[in-house]
Amino acid sequence: MADKPINRNPITTMIEQQYTDLFEQFRSELDANSVVGLNRHRDAAYVTFRQIGFPTSRQEDYKHSNIARTFDTELGLNLRNIPIPVNPYDAFKCDVPNLFTHLYFLINDRYYDQIQPDDNLPEGVFAGSMQLFSEKYPEIFTAHYNKIADDSDNGVVAYNTMFAQDGFVIYVPKNVVIEKPLQLINILRGGVDLNVNRRILIIAGEHAQVKLLICDHAVDDVHFVVTQVTEVYAEASAQVDIYELEENSEKVTRLNNVFSRQKENSHIVTSGITLHNGYTRNNYHFRLEGEYAEAHVGGLAICDKSQHIDNFAFLDHAVPHCTSNELFKNVLQDKATGVFCGKILVEKDAQKTLAYQTNRNLCASEEAQMFSKPQLEIYADDVKCSHGLTTGQLDEDALFYMRARGIDQEEAKLLLMVAFTRDVVDLIRIDTLQDRLTTLIDKRFRGELMRCGNCNVCK
Amino acid sequence: MTNMLKIKNLHAMIEQKEILKGINLEVNSGEIHAVMGPNGSGKSTLASVLSGNPKYEVTRGTILFKDKDLLEMEPEDRAREGIFLSFQYPVEIPGVSMVNFMRAAVNEQRKYRNEEPISATDFLKLMRDKRELLGMDSALVSRSVNEGFSGGEKKKNEIFQMAMLNPLLSILDETDSGLDIDALRVVAAGVNKLQSKENATILITHYQRLLEYIKPDHVHVLYAGKIIKSGGPDLAIELEKRGYEWLINP
Repeated sequence: MADKPINRNPITTMIEQQYTDLFEQFRSELDANSVVGLNRHRDAAYVTFRQIGFPTSRQEDYKHSNIARTFDTELGLNLRNIPIPVNPYDAFKCDVPNLFTHLYFLINDRYYDQIQPDDNLPEGVFAGSMQLFSEKYPEIFTAHYNKIADDSDNGVVAYNTMFAQDGFVIYVPKNVVIEKPLQLINILRGGVDLNVNRRILIIAGEHAQVKLLICDHAVDDVHFVVTQVTEVYAEASAQVDIYELEENSEKVTRLNNVFSRQKENSHIVTSGITLHNGYTRNNYHFRLEGEYAEAHVGGLAICDKSQHIDNFAFLDHAVPHCTSNELFKNVLQDKATGVFCGKILVEKDAQKTLAYQTNRNLCASEEAQMFSKPQLEIYADDVKCSHGLTTGQLDEDALFYMRARGIDQEEAKLLLMVAFTRDVVDLIRIDTLQDRLTTLIDKRFRGELMRCGNCNVCK
Repeated sequence: MTNMLKIKNLHAMIEQKEILKGINLEVNSGEIHAVMGPNGSGKSTLASVLSGNPKYEVTRGTILFKDKDLLEMEPEDRAREGIFLSFQYPVEIPGVSMVNFMRAAVNEQRKYRNEEPISATDFLKLMRDKRELLGMDSALVSRSVNEGFSGGEKKKNEIFQMAMLNPLLSILDETDSGLDIDALRVVAAGVNKLQSKENATILITHYQRLLEYIKPDHVHVLYAGKIIKSGGPDLAIELEKRGYEWLINP
């Protein structure tokens, strides 16, 4: 399945060389500023990375996103964990009532632990630093960290595992329900161009329930290349909601990789909302391996200027009676580029699978480009699978209808674009977040969204 | 009674095909005009050109609306000046709620007249009053624009919007088609209630049926892109009896 590069391009090999040299040279600093639980995975990842390197557009799955190129620049890594002076709890005070009471921060790739949130989480729940979790719960950590993040065909995951030193963990034990959503804000700060490598681990025990909103914000006006690897475990009958909201500057490259494993009767709802970005690749790999598990996967990107969004979703139905539902939408303006690949694999015995995939794209300018590819591999005979794909322009008849009622042409376009995003927002199971997002999307289309360090979700 | 609309020698085409071939028509305030004619004669094109549909190209002629050059105006400005088209085929707009749509439309018109945006309470009251005028279900206005509406509901929704926007010149394009007799009565009653000395209406229809409920002052027959006959209300009755043939091939 993996596209193994046969003739490695000498230029990309040179790009990778800088990072493997760095790894060898600073290995002791890397380890000294992390913990044994993360350190023990570096060597194997290094071997893999030397073999496969960064993905390039020679590989079918990366045809429109040359990842290696994004590393072809002078990037610093904060391996010694030199502290970045910021108190996010002051800068990001949340005033939306009844929503984000549990608030956490990663500053670049480090958990911010100078202030411990007064979070009143239920007994047994852990939410916080990955380093701390690996020491407090070594067995649980070892059983889950880097276990489903498959790097065999993904050099970014191998690279991340080589360099990741910290991150964020949520552990919700069996039968525990966290009513209020948790929010993790990833803040990017730096005085020079930086490479940031972070990990996220979410473990929901049997019948556990948790909702997490992850917001990405770049504060400083330098280049950031961010790799992120998220592993999600939903045990039997667990319910996990993960909503990611990207609001980065145009100078940010975000290489995001989400892996999930679901046991029987579990539900996962995710949505990746790209409100503002530079160059983004989201890799999703959902594996349904317990009967009657459900995965609902949403994605929405609003891109203009020269922004680039590439969503690659792989839904793997390993057992019978599971349901997956994908809805990915893109609104592209100016010279933006959108890419979507939706891969559905129904394994041999996964009878009674229901797998639906929808990708709809709106190209609102002449120069915007969209590349979309559904890819269904079905090895069971009693299944219901469907995919729908459309790429089009704004509905001229609807535009005229609105103008004939006195609505300005620009306003009419805006209303139609906001309307186009509606069903992705509707998938979100936090009402207040839905409302907030609707406002943010409206502002985004109006060009009023101030892209800055302030959390637009909270303010 | 002042002159509202003055169409002179109007020619228009779509996709290189000339549809209107020299229309002359004057409408004064307080009047109801019926434009009748067989299918394909150019009735809907006339409605589209008046409302500024960009699909149609005007090649010759002039249209003055309140002494302003209508052809120079964008569709939205025509609407703000007081022109309203009730669409023959109202468009479904999934994801845009009727409430947001109407609020945007009402406020754009107010802005054009240098008025403050309507307050939330006034707007809701206006919506309720006009909805009741048309006997529309409150559930309809909380849905997306025309989405999943039946044919009759769509037509009622057009007249509801007309009531909300209170236009000077209403152009009703085949508003009666697809309506059962009860719906037709409700729609006609709505139109009659909104008619006053200040505004005017152009009814486009190819049946006389609607004219039993809305009494026109003038009746015009459009054929092959021209008005071939104009008359009073009696003309409609004669057309109902004799068809169009005697006018087309005299």
